[in-house]
Amino acid sequence: MTHAAVAHSAAAHHTSLGLDNRKMAFWAFIGSECLLFTSLISTYLVYKGRSVVGPYPHEILNIPFTSVSTFDLLMSSLMMVLALAAVQRGDMKWGKIWLFCTALLGLVFLGGQVIEFTEFVHKGLTLQTNLFGCTFFVLTGTHGAHVTVGVLWLLTLWVRALQGKLTSANAMTVEITGLYWHFVDVVWIVIFTVVYLIQ
Amino acid sequence: MKSWLTTTDHKRIGLLYFFTAFAFFLIGGIEALVIRAQLAQPNGHLVTAETYNQLFTMHGTTMVFLALMPLSASFFNYIVPLQIGARDVAFPRLNAFSYWVFLLGGLFLNASWFVGPLFHAGVLNVAPDGGWFGYANLTERQFSPGPNIDFWLLGLQILGISSLAAGFNFIVTILNLRAPGMKMMRVPAFTWMTLVTQFLVITAFPVITVALVFLMFDRFFGTHFYVSQAGATPILWQHLFWLFGHPEVYILILPAMGIVSEVLPTFARKPLFGYTVVVYSGILIGFMGWGVWSHHMFSVGLGPIADSVFSATTMLIAVPTGVKIFNWIATLWGGDIRGTTALHFAVGFIAMFIIGGLSGVTHASPPADLQQTDTYYVVAHIHYVLFGGTIMGLFAGIYYWWPKMTGRLLSEALGKWHFWLQFVGMNLAFFPMHLIGLLGMPRRIYTYSPELGVSDLNLLSTIGAFLIALSIFVFVVNIVRTRRRGQQAGNDPWGGATLEWSISSPPPVYNFSVIPTVANRLPRWKTEHHEPMRDPPATPPAPIHVPGGSWWPMLAALGLPILALAPLTHTLWLAFVGVAVLLGGIYLWAFEPFEV
Repeated sequence: MTHAAVAHSAAAHHTSLGLDNRKMAFWAFIGSECLLFTSLISTYLVYKGRSVVGPYPHEILNIPFTSVSTFDLLMSSLMMVLALAAVQRGDMKWGKIWLFCTALLGLVFLGGQVIEFTEFVHKGLTLQTNLFGCTFFVLTGTHGAHVTVGVLWLLTLWVRALQGKLTSANAMTVEITGLYWHFVDVVWIVIFTVVYLIQ
Repeated sequence: MKSWLTTTDHKRIGLLYFFTAFAFFLIGGIEALVIRAQLAQPNGHLVTAETYNQLFTMHGTTMVFLALMPLSASFFNYIVPLQIGARDVAFPRLNAFSYWVFLLGGLFLNASWFVGPLFHAGVLNVAPDGGWFGYANLTERQFSPGPNIDFWLLGLQILGISSLAAGFNFIVTILNLRAPGMKMMRVPAFTWMTLVTQFLVITAFPVITVALVFLMFDRFFGTHFYVSQAGATPILWQHLFWLFGHPEVYILILPAMGIVSEVLPTFARKPLFGYTVVVYSGILIGFMGWGVWSHHMFSVGLGPIADSVFSATTMLIAVPTGVKIFNWIATLWGGDIRGTTALHFAVGFIAMFIIGGLSGVTHASPPADLQQTDTYYVVAHIHYVLFGGTIMGLFAGIYYWWPKMTGRLLSEALGKWHFWLQFVGMNLAFFPMHLIGLLGMPRRIYTYSPELGVSDLNLLSTIGAFLIALSIFVFVVNIVRTRRRGQQAGNDPWGGATLEWSISSPPPVYNFSVIPTVANRLPRWKTEHHEPMRDPPATPPAPIHVPGGSWWPMLAALGLPILALAPLTHTLWLAFVGVAVLLGGIYLWAFEPFEV
């Protein structure tokens, strides 16, 4: 965070802990979300290997394909960092570009998830097929829903920036969006590891 | 009217929470009275078994989620900002959103009593009927085909959003909006317990949300999360539910403990004994509350190791609770005690909570628990803890803070009548349940035969329940009478030590004309170390900005029940309408000019 942004947020609101209210609320929200995903991932692990009919994970998971999606999402986090840095230094031209790129990579990830889900359904794995289907689709679907919310949020910021209503004075808003985006990314790293890599 | 619908003032939202929650408390109470009337004598036939199932399910669900939690929330809203010297909560509109979601969620759940005809069933036919902890796989579509469980799982998801939003709000409020000089160890005990409670809320509610989402998918989309034929285990529900459910117990009791920690010092004219220990015990309870959930599941047969561990942790968690009880007693010891109604309820809380705590420790032993599970002994325990504990504590808070919230004192004479009727009534209603349970009467069975030998005890219990109802009637008379004839409270009728008593009753919309600077833990008391603070002037020396109201929190909240109606009625377009309303509300809210 640049000195300008620090000075701005400190001047705008005095807080007991010196941390912006919205940012603190967001950290609390992320803590809460951790419990949500922990419950989902734990359920996946508890039910691992308990499906009574196929298809089973090793028959269906496409690690190379999902590795590309994962790389894409990781790169979107990089774009997010660049977007925040640009907005903080008041460079709204690059701020807009990076915000749009972050959203675009998010959309590419979602597209990948649509292709993956469709392929699984064609191979006979649906929500109803077996426990693997239930736990896999609800876990990755919940994550996908989070990415969708993030993309909507980023596009909103991008439109606001195009309208000239998002400036370096709103750097905190972009930072909080970034917190959410990085969190969703980190969750995916865990899901990718637990569901895809460790079978 | 409009100003109430769009209000973002924490005090008004606190009052809205109070009256809404109190209405739900009366509804839950009426359900309890019907249950007790049914059980007053053997082979009762006031209601059918099906209606009875709905009554005890809705009684439990209503009392936990629609009465006790939001009654606590009314004090979080009204009192916490005043105690920390703030002008409002950190996110006033989010606060309004929490309230509207709570109200709509409560109405959604209770609508199930009347809307049977829409589902080709009679009135009083489609209310939730799976018990307040809704064990799988009874709740699966195969065994519960009607919309009853759908109302329950959708309603609870709506209510969860309300609690979560309030949780984030109050954590930030308490950590970040404290007046200058109010270090964490100068924060009043009630506000401290609120903070611990909110941390429990934001960590426990996601877990039940996941459990409910699984159930929703099972019921609507044919998944198998709790279907044993597919290799799943219904025990997953129990783990997820009680992982939430036990922290929830502390979500219900910690605010009451906080209230008592304010009331006792005021009426004993002594600082809270061992403030630091009380605070740390509260935090410790918050942590340990996460490690005891399987004591609800001893009868599952988790094996000797799991049983031993959870037995040990459960006995351990009684320690910080016991520490608090000794601190409260020590606070009274040698104090200059004034026997107000609030103090009666606070002391009643301690006594009743000890009984509930002791029967709780007996459940901690698996061999004993196996005898007690699903009997009235457990019902006795939960009511000593939640009625004798939480409700007594909440009434202590009501009598204590009512003058602050309304400007008028409740009648002490009627208050004493209320207390003694309730105290005798609750012991008459709930103590015999210990014996009824040990004699073998299972809970949740709509009738019993005279041969069981529990008929007299049940009649006694029913008489107690109606005494409680009478006491609540006295309370209602008291608040109605106080409205016009109550004695004016002034700023500080009790001689309280904390900041809320330094301003007028009810406080002006901006709370503090000048934000106070806090130099110690008991700012308004004279102690051997310091003089009392000077109260803020009655009129503000400079104009104070007060944020206006907003319609958008209510609009956003409205999206949630619409969304919930989609699966309930199998109407896809309602889902789109619900999401559109929710998103529209959020966008209008986000871009509305609103300066805090």
